Amino acid sequence: MSMTHSSRSQSQSQSQGRGTASAYELVKGSREFGTLRRRLGYYVVPMTGLFLAWYFLYVILAAFAPGFMRISVFGDVNVGLCIGLLQFVSTFAIAIGYGRWAPRHFDPLAAKLRLRLEQGRRP
Amino acid sequence: MTRAAALGTVGTPAVNIAIFAVFVAATLVIAVTAAGGNRTTADYYAGGRAFTGRQNGIAIGGDYLSAASFLGIAGLIALNGYDGFLYSIGFLVGWLLVLLLVAGPLRNTGRYTTGDVLDLRLKAVPVRAAAAVSTLTVSLFYLLAQMAGAGGLVSLLLGVHSAQGQDATVAVVGLLMIFYVLVGGMKGTTWVQIVKAVLLTIGAAVATVWVLARAGFSLSALLGHAAAASPAGRAVLGPGLLYGVNTVSKFNFISLSLALVLGTAGLPHVLMRLYTVPDAAQARRSVVWTIGLVGVFYMFTLVLGFGAMWLVGAKQIESAPGKANSAVPLLAFHLGGTVFLGLVAAVAFATILAVVAGLTITASASFAHDVYANVLRPGGNKGVSNKGGGDADKGDRGRADPEDEVRVARTTAIVIGLIAVIGGIYAKDIDVAFLVALAFAVAASANLPSILYSFFWPRFTARGALWSIYGGLISAVGLIIFSPVVSGGSTGLGGAGPSLISDPHINFAFFPLDNPGIVSIPLAFFLGWLGSVTDKNASDPARFARMQVRALTGIGAERGSRG
Repeated sequence: MSMTHSSRSQSQSQSQGRGTASAYELVKGSREFGTLRRRLGYYVVPMTGLFLAWYFLYVILAAFAPGFMRISVFGDVNVGLCIGLLQFVSTFAIAIGYGRWAPRHFDPLAAKLRLRLEQGRRP
Repeated sequence: MTRAAALGTVGTPAVNIAIFAVFVAATLVIAVTAAGGNRTTADYYAGGRAFTGRQNGIAIGGDYLSAASFLGIAGLIALNGYDGFLYSIGFLVGWLLVLLLVAGPLRNTGRYTTGDVLDLRLKAVPVRAAAAVSTLTVSLFYLLAQMAGAGGLVSLLLGVHSAQGQDATVAVVGLLMIFYVLVGGMKGTTWVQIVKAVLLTIGAAVATVWVLARAGFSLSALLGHAAAASPAGRAVLGPGLLYGVNTVSKFNFISLSLALVLGTAGLPHVLMRLYTVPDAAQARRSVVWTIGLVGVFYMFTLVLGFGAMWLVGAKQIESAPGKANSAVPLLAFHLGGTVFLGLVAAVAFATILAVVAGLTITASASFAHDVYANVLRPGGNKGVSNKGGGDADKGDRGRADPEDEVRVARTTAIVIGLIAVIGGIYAKDIDVAFLVALAFAVAASANLPSILYSFFWPRFTARGALWSIYGGLISAVGLIIFSPVVSGGSTGLGGAGPSLISDPHINFAFFPLDNPGIVSIPLAFFLGWLGSVTDKNASDPARFARMQVRALTGIGAERGSRG
């Protein structure tokens, strides 16, 4: 079925019709694409797990440990407020970190593979 | 200056109306001048894909900081203290999911809608139709929330108290919004969002510094004053006032938190904005900017909320029309009198207009692009569209003529505008933040699972997508209908909104929580898995290869900045 669909779709200078889908499969099986996918996965999957776990820890503390959240840190600023503000800090840190990581470690390799595909060369 | 809080109006209506008129006129000029043409679908739906990451990030922030965020969260903090703050954290943290898992792949594999993404992966007309149904449902929920907010805000500020007067205001909002959409398209409304987001942030920053100055620039002193002024006393400083009443309300809170953190990545009007930039890297930059803007803004709302609790007081907020939503306008009046109130309120009004316009574009694009061009007329004028779109490996069915599609989108915008006006008139007494939270729950249930599966799971099939989308949609909406907030039984305590059915004898609620997320979101993920693994038509590995290569490298994505 891949042939009928790929013949209907076109790309810039890519060979029309037969071969488009299999070119994608070749790329997907290539070592460089594997590197690209692993790099992204090793970064975003643990990071997603981390921020979700940290967020739900906060939610559960807020729901089931209100006494702990009320412990004063200084004056009327308590543990709950500090952890809440730390959620902001961690969100900013992850966003900025990813925003700096991706152009260095992901985009160049992605662009290289894209260029190669656009020129119709097999990896 | 008339301090007519007893009558439910603050400030001088004439001044407020004048400031409103200036704001509306200014945004209309922006929309008209920025629009410039809007002939092609890429212009109308995606602003020609020519915005930079920073511009788009600010515009997304503008879209996200809707009346519910700006007025609603500060109001919740003003009345309930810490538990209102919990809302803002969920709204913010959810952006990381958009950033890490969705933004780049989405920009690389879609053209205008999530229907495009699912179609590229699964090649099934019913899936595209399902995506359109859930997009339209979420957008309408969100739209109703904004329209409801507009009614309350305007009645507070313009001294419009009669029911007919409020209905007329909602109608005016609707007509203005239709005008923005028809004339401005995505480009015009994006510029309105950018200007609005900047003004909103400046206004909130000024008010925040003002409140902090009153408290001697001590957060602890501010909290102390606020707690002393609150009828609940020091309980406002910790969690539990709203959601800690009993076990049901605690699970209600967890369900809400789940919907908030997973809902952002499924909001169609947010996702559609990711197509207004040239490529995936700019889409990612957009989200980083959005996180910065939204995060800083929610820190302001923390100060503003406790500031309103201290300086305005819960009693005055609760007796004002619009209740919690009026906390920030009342605080602005307390700090800076009529003019500052007028400015803050005008920004809030512009917020509602701009967000409503963005939602209408999303909904009309989904109907015109997914339903009309690809479901109703899959073969229409194929030659024309293929000639025009030769630079993209779209993997779409032949579609209707792009100009025809834009015409349908504009007509749909008018229809949606009218539906929103009628709905807004009926919904004007419903709590804004509550309606938005429901939109988040439906978005997280119906949209997110199929988006994530189509990017990352090789065995995902069309049947899995249909089960997940319709299963999530029906379970989320169904549980809302049979929850205490719709079907009777809720008195507005324990975190739930007051029930739509106020007659205490009618109570057909069987689902105890007012937010369905904790059930409907896992169910939608489960159904997506079950529908796929039991599907006799196994997933096509070539199609997944194509999806993943395109999602990560950006090959074949329609790129922007071509003028």
